[in-house]
Amino acid sequence: MAIKDYLRQRYFPHMWCPGCGHGIVLNALIRAVQGMGLDKNDIVMTSGIGCSARISGYVDFHTLHTLHGRALAFATGVKLSKPELTLLVPMGDGDALAIGGNHFIHAARRNIDITAIVMNNRIYGMTGGQFSPLSGIGKKATTAPYTTIDSNFDVVKMAVASGATFVARTTAYHVLEAVDLLQKAISHKGFSVVEILSQCPTHYGRKNKEGDASSMMEFQKSKTGKLGSKALEKDPTLIPRGIFVDDKDASEYCSAYDKIIETAMKGR
Amino acid sequence: MNNNIKFVQGNEACVEGALYAGIDFFAGYPITPSTEIAELLSGRLPEKGGKFIQMEDEIASMCAIIGASLTGHKVMTATSGPGFSLKQEALGYACMAEIPCVIVDVQRGGPSTGNPTHVSQGDINQARWGTHGDHAIIALTASNHQDVFAMTVDAFNLAETYRTPVILLFDEVVGHMREKLVVPEKGDIPLVERLRTSVRKGVDYHPYLPREDGRLPMSDFGAEHRYNVTGLFHDMWGFPSNNPKVVRELLRHIVDKIENNVHSITRYKEHYLEDAQYIMISYGSSARSAVHLARSRRARGEKLGVLELQSIWPFPEDIIREKCAGKRAVIVVEMNMGQVMRHVKAAVDEPERVFLANRIDGKLITPTNIKTLLRVIQGRGV
Amino acid sequence: MARLKLKEHVINREWCKGCGICVHFCPKKVLELDSDEKVVVVRPEDCICCKLCELRCPDLAIEVLSTDDVPAAPASDDDSQDDSNEQ
Repeated sequence: MAIKDYLRQRYFPHMWCPGCGHGIVLNALIRAVQGMGLDKNDIVMTSGIGCSARISGYVDFHTLHTLHGRALAFATGVKLSKPELTLLVPMGDGDALAIGGNHFIHAARRNIDITAIVMNNRIYGMTGGQFSPLSGIGKKATTAPYTTIDSNFDVVKMAVASGATFVARTTAYHVLEAVDLLQKAISHKGFSVVEILSQCPTHYGRKNKEGDASSMMEFQKSKTGKLGSKALEKDPTLIPRGIFVDDKDASEYCSAYDKIIETAMKGR
Repeated sequence: MNNNIKFVQGNEACVEGALYAGIDFFAGYPITPSTEIAELLSGRLPEKGGKFIQMEDEIASMCAIIGASLTGHKVMTATSGPGFSLKQEALGYACMAEIPCVIVDVQRGGPSTGNPTHVSQGDINQARWGTHGDHAIIALTASNHQDVFAMTVDAFNLAETYRTPVILLFDEVVGHMREKLVVPEKGDIPLVERLRTSVRKGVDYHPYLPREDGRLPMSDFGAEHRYNVTGLFHDMWGFPSNNPKVVRELLRHIVDKIENNVHSITRYKEHYLEDAQYIMISYGSSARSAVHLARSRRARGEKLGVLELQSIWPFPEDIIREKCAGKRAVIVVEMNMGQVMRHVKAAVDEPERVFLANRIDGKLITPTNIKTLLRVIQGRGV
Repeated sequence: MARLKLKEHVINREWCKGCGICVHFCPKKVLELDSDEKVVVVRPEDCICCKLCELRCPDLAIEVLSTDDVPAAPASDDDSQDDSNEQ
């Protein structure tokens, strides 16, 4: 099936700004799905609210555009009620870790077979450029005219600590790596998290003088390093990329519930 | 011995009703005085291959049942005031996206954490207007366990019929009291199943294009039709739209499908109403006291009757106007500061004859409490 | 890996928003933005069919058609093989 067959083409051009990294995430995601040969009828994408969340409107899967931060809670209901479906949950950084932080850690704790994709552009884009829990200290935003004093979460560490059994990070620049990691995450049976550093040239880039989309992607290239690479060894300030956790033995939630059903039915 | 006869709490009667109606999926979070519903379903659902999940909070529980409804399942959550507040966000989503689901609110004293282990009927208006924006809602209630069972089955049926969330407003007394329940035989109460689209694979399916009768046939997530569901105003494909015509028509649709069917949705019971000179309007556990008073005063020749509401929203204005016409006085008996009373006043021809007999201290209103007011109305002193 | 030969670049001008990512990262400087701020192919003969422009296009507006159009294994985007980043 051609790449375009995974898109709802009548809604293009999409609503994202020129150079938005979220479009590259969309591009990588449909290529990942195409490469795996998944049936579109077997895929449900749930998203929350924000620029990131609009991704669900553009893909030709079963799509559920929900409430700010709640995508994983909706996805949990879809998955547990019909475990044979593949659940993809793209979220923004505020969506996943501010208003949706509780749902994020609990979905990870349950190890339910859902793929969470954190499209981290370090800003609230749709509302016009306020800082997010991933912006970090010393950044400019419309709600931080004197720069932020809020520390940021590390998505990877947060996911690992919460019990996610597949955790990876990449960037919009490293699109082939993104396709590969997304495929591994989707194939993984359990809760998988892929953080994709994404650029918001309109708000984050402009406020923080990081230039246009291309310069922001140069930053993704030069300021990150692959796990196990010499570059990362030499410069520990680089943001590590790659697979941080890949636990194939942990008990997955829906499978565990199937055993509960088995036990309950015997007890009758 | 007949296994269908049980001695149960109201919360258990609700669980029996949900199982009778065909519940497949429950998500919840512990909260007094509704917790028994979650506890019981955690055991009963897997016995029939259904799913139970304890979520991280009430918000997530509400979201999870919406997700499970979209895969074609009958779903429910249960809570009390503070949790009901948290559910309002996703309740609005279910109204907008037209997702069948049932929400039980076993009412306790509020606002805030309030009076957790004591009775109240203070969530009447929250059930109506708890979520933001214009919308319509269906809310049912019951005063005894047989009715708790029946109304729970009804709630599932109405949710499927109108593709809408339906709220079951019980209260702490009904939820925790034990009394007899006779579970009807299978087939005694008709069940409404999910209306699924007959549009075939490969043909453009419009998930949000109502049929002539206003109903919207659904397609399960995972089936052959792929479409979008959103809380934004949306076109007939479910894709976001802010086109003024689309917005206006969708809002009209989600309100009219319920408000225009108030007569089909209205449920009530009459107790000694035929020749009554005084009418009490009540619902839930307070209706038990009203009926008790009517019965005992009848024995003394006083013509007192009760209109027991079993559906509160959409508000059954016409029935109330009709039943109250010509009565010497209308006494609304409820355990709040007059939430239904205000709507009764607005509905009747002579609002000055409407009085409130209430109790707001966490204790069940008694027949004596109502009688005290009745004596004042009758000019017989306190 | 067999060398892919270019058939054509299919540019969807309706979808292109002119962000310039493809132009910036093209290893052979094949692409440019025109006066409408839309991408155009100016040096097709230099194209090595790495398809990174297609993959990195946020607007999904570029398709690189090559002779042997099996899903390509393009030049890596991995900076660990990128000398400039290894310094």
